[in-house]
Amino acid sequence: MPTGNFVSIRNVSLIYGEGEDSILAVQDLSLEIEKGEFVAVVGPSGCGKSSLMKLVTGLVRATRGEIYVGDQRVLDPIRGVGMAFQNPTLMPWRTTLANIMLPFEIVQPHKRLIGRDRARYVAQAEQLLATVGLRQFGGKFPWELSGGMQQRANLCRAVIHQPELLMLDEPFGALDAFTREELWSVMQRVWIEKRFTGVLVTHDLREAAFLADRVFVISPRPGRVIYETRIDIPRPRTLQTTFEPRFVDIVHALRERISQELTV
Amino acid sequence: MTNARRLQIAIPWLVGVGLFAVWELACRVFEIPPFVLPRPSAVFATMYDYRGPLLEHSLHTLFTTIIGFVLAVAGGTAIGLAVGASSFVYVGLYPVLIAFNSIPKVALVPVIVIWFGIGTIPAVITACSIAFFPIAVNIATGLATIEPEMRDVLRSLGANRWEILTKVGLPRSTPYLFASLKIAITLSFIGSVISETVASNIGIGYLMLSASSRFEVPLVFAGLIIVGAMGIGMYAVCVVFERRMTRWAFRSQDLIS
Ligand SMILES: Nc1ncnc2c1ncn2[C@@H]1O[C@H](COP(=O)(O)OP(=O)(O)OP(=O)(O)O)[C@@H](O)[C@H]1O
Ligand SMILES: [Mg+2]
Repeated sequence: MPTGNFVSIRNVSLIYGEGEDSILAVQDLSLEIEKGEFVAVVGPSGCGKSSLMKLVTGLVRATRGEIYVGDQRVLDPIRGVGMAFQNPTLMPWRTTLANIMLPFEIVQPHKRLIGRDRARYVAQAEQLLATVGLRQFGGKFPWELSGGMQQRANLCRAVIHQPELLMLDEPFGALDAFTREELWSVMQRVWIEKRFTGVLVTHDLREAAFLADRVFVISPRPGRVIYETRIDIPRPRTLQTTFEPRFVDIVHALRERISQELTV
Repeated sequence: MTNARRLQIAIPWLVGVGLFAVWELACRVFEIPPFVLPRPSAVFATMYDYRGPLLEHSLHTLFTTIIGFVLAVAGGTAIGLAVGASSFVYVGLYPVLIAFNSIPKVALVPVIVIWFGIGTIPAVITACSIAFFPIAVNIATGLATIEPEMRDVLRSLGANRWEILTKVGLPRSTPYLFASLKIAITLSFIGSVISETVASNIGIGYLMLSASSRFEVPLVFAGLIIVGAMGIGMYAVCVVFERRMTRWAFRSQDLIS
């Protein structure tokens, strides 16, 4: 039974492998995400965050429990989701522009229309590249871009087809602090414009507090939600916001909460 | 062009010429009889004298080899894709492929002759059967080493197996394919020449066999040198294709030079 929420994870457990070697990655995890909400998931390394992403998108099947996205139960990979990982996974044989147009070749109705309407789609892709500061770089190959630029292109590829659901698995993890914080703002701008439902996995509590409406803290493996907090700071948030006392307080509270839970 | 670059182009030629010089010198100093090891000068003189038949037979061998090679590329690619894309096919087919590859192809030639008679067809089949294996293995490797994240991105967009194959699998395995072509083309020459030696009345292999039965050893060596030269030529063609088609895989080298 779907609830009113867009993503609904109910008492989900996930076991990798069988018999002796089996690993209980996620245990009895429940989580609800509203449509158009941006949530962040934080937790220690190996606690099952990436597994959670794969569960929601149907890339792995839950061992127990149920997951709904929209009003569909997730049993197979669901279609049209935008995904971005820590390494950009751009295709080196495609130009940056061709890379970010990949979803158009797979997701309907674009797949059907792109043959006829190529020029319009190219214009759309170029415009998106411009919003992340890659105006001149569409014709370049990924290896001709810096790491930060590749990650921008990666984000473009994840959002270009206006997915209803965007899954981000530490996409800013490998970047330097300046680029990372700049991309937070880029990400927020795109989200405010398109209002997709977003799930961000991160190790960075400031990043979580900056981007998310709600932050979930996951326990060490096997992963469960042990704490959840709403970030009631109006948008658009700026880098200035991150120095305001209430932002700093939220981050502190999160950090305290996590260290408490981890030491118990 | 820098001096270093010029040297790089010149070196293979210098080594080639040097090799012939050492050979020539050794034959003269140790007075090796020409029916054991003819001097290169004698070999090249024979090459000139027999230029007509040599050209005819070597062109035939080249033609046979290329047909066998093209068939091997088609067949090897198809098998490689099947093995790389489906674990069922992999488990089922791999042992058979390895068994087949372990058979010395020269042992197959008599069987092929029984089926098709002597001549061009056994040579084509032998060239093909010896060359398809590295192609199939390399393509399968290319498919098997697709980054799981790249596959996940495509799957969560809703791509089916065919789309994953064509959008990631094929481009991802082209560098592997072209690397294997360089091996496959030289193997093709081995296959066709072996077959011509055993069962043909045309081709450079046949020419060498009949020359050796008449103790015309310089002509045998002329044939060997021509086979080697054709191998280098076709290898170079493959390298040019490789550079053209998979520039992205050579990016680091491009950055250096
Ligand atoms: N394909 C797999 N097969 C077997 N075990 C796996 C697999 N993927 C993950 N695991 C195990 O499941 C657990 C959770 O892994 P997961 O990748 O979800 O962690 P994570 O929270 O994303 O960690 P990190 O923050 O380091 O990325 C780990 O203990 C890992 O060893
Ligand atoms: Mg992870």
